[in-house]
Amino acid sequence: MSTAMVEVTELRKRYGATRALDGVTFGVEPGRITGFVGPNGAGKSTTMRVILGLDAVDSGTALVGGHRYETLAEPLRAVGALLDAGALQHNRSGRNHLLWLAHSHGLPAARVDEVIDLVGLGPAARRKAGGYSLGMRQRLGIAAAMLGDPPVLLMDEPFNGMDPEGIVWMRGFLRALAAQGRAVLISSHLMSELQDIADHLIVIGRGKVLADTSVEELVATVSGQWVTLRTSASSDASRVLTGAGGEVNPSGVDVLTVTGLAPQRIVALLGEAGVPLSEIAAHRASLEEAYLALTRDAGEFHAAATEGVAR
Amino acid sequence: MSAVETAPSYVSRVPARTGFPQLLHAEWTKFRTVRAWVTTTLVATLVLIGLSWFAANGSHAGFCSGPPPGSCHGEPPLPVGPDGEAVVDTYFFVHQPLTGDGSITARVTALTGRISTEGNAVRAGTNPFTESRPGLAEWAKAGLLLRPSLRTGSQYAAVLATGSHGVRMQSDYVHDTAGLAGAVSATSPRWLRLTRVGDVITGADSADGVHWTTVTTARLHDLPSTVQVGLFVTSPAQPRGFAADGEPTYATGHFDNVAVSAAGASGSAWVGGDLGGGPSYRTFARGSFQQAAGGFTVSGSGDIAPAVRGAGAGGQPAAAGLVGAFAALIVVAVLGALFMTSEYRRGLLRTTFAATPRRGRVLAAKALVLGAVTFVGGVVGAVIATAVSRRVLLANGNALFPMSGLTEARVAIGLGAVVAVTAVLALAVAAITRRSTDAVVAVIVTTVVPYILSMTLSGSVGTWLLRLTPAAGFAVEESLTRYHQVANSYSAVNGYYPLSPLAGFAVLCAWTLLALVVARRLLRRRDA
Repeated sequence: MSTAMVEVTELRKRYGATRALDGVTFGVEPGRITGFVGPNGAGKSTTMRVILGLDAVDSGTALVGGHRYETLAEPLRAVGALLDAGALQHNRSGRNHLLWLAHSHGLPAARVDEVIDLVGLGPAARRKAGGYSLGMRQRLGIAAAMLGDPPVLLMDEPFNGMDPEGIVWMRGFLRALAAQGRAVLISSHLMSELQDIADHLIVIGRGKVLADTSVEELVATVSGQWVTLRTSASSDASRVLTGAGGEVNPSGVDVLTVTGLAPQRIVALLGEAGVPLSEIAAHRASLEEAYLALTRDAGEFHAAATEGVAR
Repeated sequence: MSAVETAPSYVSRVPARTGFPQLLHAEWTKFRTVRAWVTTTLVATLVLIGLSWFAANGSHAGFCSGPPPGSCHGEPPLPVGPDGEAVVDTYFFVHQPLTGDGSITARVTALTGRISTEGNAVRAGTNPFTESRPGLAEWAKAGLLLRPSLRTGSQYAAVLATGSHGVRMQSDYVHDTAGLAGAVSATSPRWLRLTRVGDVITGADSADGVHWTTVTTARLHDLPSTVQVGLFVTSPAQPRGFAADGEPTYATGHFDNVAVSAAGASGSAWVGGDLGGGPSYRTFARGSFQQAAGGFTVSGSGDIAPAVRGAGAGGQPAAAGLVGAFAALIVVAVLGALFMTSEYRRGLLRTTFAATPRRGRVLAAKALVLGAVTFVGGVVGAVIATAVSRRVLLANGNALFPMSGLTEARVAIGLGAVVAVTAVLALAVAAITRRSTDAVVAVIVTTVVPYILSMTLSGSVGTWLLRLTPAAGFAVEESLTRYHQVANSYSAVNGYYPLSPLAGFAVLCAWTLLALVVARRLLRRRDA
């Protein structure tokens, strides 16, 4: 039984000949921050809109707490969403924006003032939203998402346009939400925005989930991680490691470069086989490099897969 | 990993409540928190009042005598009948008193007439008889009349032959019952009889003076013992196509076998004269009568009938003050379109639909809030515009058709409803097109333009526009009554719409409902 608060399964959606979503499947677990990362146009926003019942899919399901969003009786109590901080009526004050949302769920004005305090919008809340900086709009959008005190938060590029101070605040805020046991899904096209905050990553490219993994696992699984080891029995070592599925290349006298096996596994395999080992060093790509490699491969894969298909 | 997966999942601690009332509250909050929209509603009301005031200011009526500057005075007030309705009471009457119960009988052997070729502009000094052609108005009347007094607008009962509607029994202006059909001629004369028994007057007709048929009876209230009975002839102005005014006509009837029988004293001399004349009704010429051995020849011009606006009578409908309505519709169309397109403009619709995934309900709530607000603005505007323009019209010498409080309320509420439904129409079209300019143009082209065209296009095109397009809703402004027994150009220009107020409003509602159904389909089908 899955514990995921949000479960999307095999989402497929085409815009004309373009596959916006091509079998997207993942879950968002409570109590942690899930980063949803991919290049612009990868399908992040579309997926979020599908979860919120705003966009229809050609096939697949998106469930929130086991229900389709459209069937939720009190959606704001189930999911708080920040899709586009600029989606505001410019000549309405931020507070009044929150007020109509609150009224849609029978929430009192007092709740509006609570969330204004929560996001630190302060007296600016009574000014017209058209005059807000992007950072203030993000705070207003988060206040709107928090109105129903929901167990699930979906945020599309929440760091966009925020100043460093705002980013620090936002990270702390989101961490606190996750620590309360809420499921938090944050999208970004920049891995750097997520690497210090996300507990879990979903990498999406061209409408496909490329990785659904922890940060460490992601780094480990992408090509770009390799291990160099120094051994006096390089032929024995090659045999053992190749047999275990590694790719072994000599890169100097008594030096082998191994890819496809994690360092701990290499040490264990050589130890079991009694192969001497004098030095071992793991080389890892940064998360950013890993991400770039992943999404670049996806691009190539996509190009290859669609070759020969009439467009 | 396992540590985070076992973290307790969060449950919202905010007690919420969702439903249609909450949705209405949300949409109302949306509306009232944008000052421009509240202002626009006020502007619609003020435009309605201001334009109506402006139009009333430009409507002067009256008569001047003597060389300029001369002495001028306004139109006389329209005569009013026993039930408070505007009437025409202009005819030539050859009469004598009748005391107590009794009857009057006569045979009509001829009814002929002339129609002015000068329109309503019968110039002083010209001979109307040379400036005319032979012809009989369809509702020219020659017959027997009984009335308690000669005062204009008093009660009456009459049995009469008409130009082309056979014999009729008419009473108190608005009542009309058909008797023998066919035109009057020497070979086909009509015998007529009025009998008074207390307050009940019976009209009867006969082709031969032997076999009589009761046409109907009329009850006149508190009839005095002595009433005036006699022969009357009158001939109403003929409508001229689409024109607001008509051609004055003149009729001459020949009577013989005239007999008055009374329980009390009788045998007084006949007195004849033009009655109820004056500038409020366009007549052809003064009437006359000749008494000879063979009977009476009586001529007259005018009508005894309910007043209608157009062919014969001047006067403005009391709801004339609502000419500003079309401009108010343009303003609320803009408002309705903006109330919808503001959702599209920056993607606010996603927030709206995320809070309320039931999109059809969102559309319904928006329509209700917009409709309620503009309804109030429309009713208030209509009440004030009617009151203001009535004052101005009267001050400018215009005679006004009387309007009952009930009719006034119906017109104001009806106009408020038309304003509201038109705003909702714009909202629905805007939901379809997602662009406010498209929606506003669509509403103006389908509602305001047909209305204006119907005021300028002659013939059936204008009439059909007011039947088929959303402009049919303007019928709620109708405050005048049409009468089958009065020939008139019952056109929108004169204040008569081809559909009844309710039917016209229903046409507007049908279009709006159609737009709402399409909008709902698209809202549900389209990605937000």
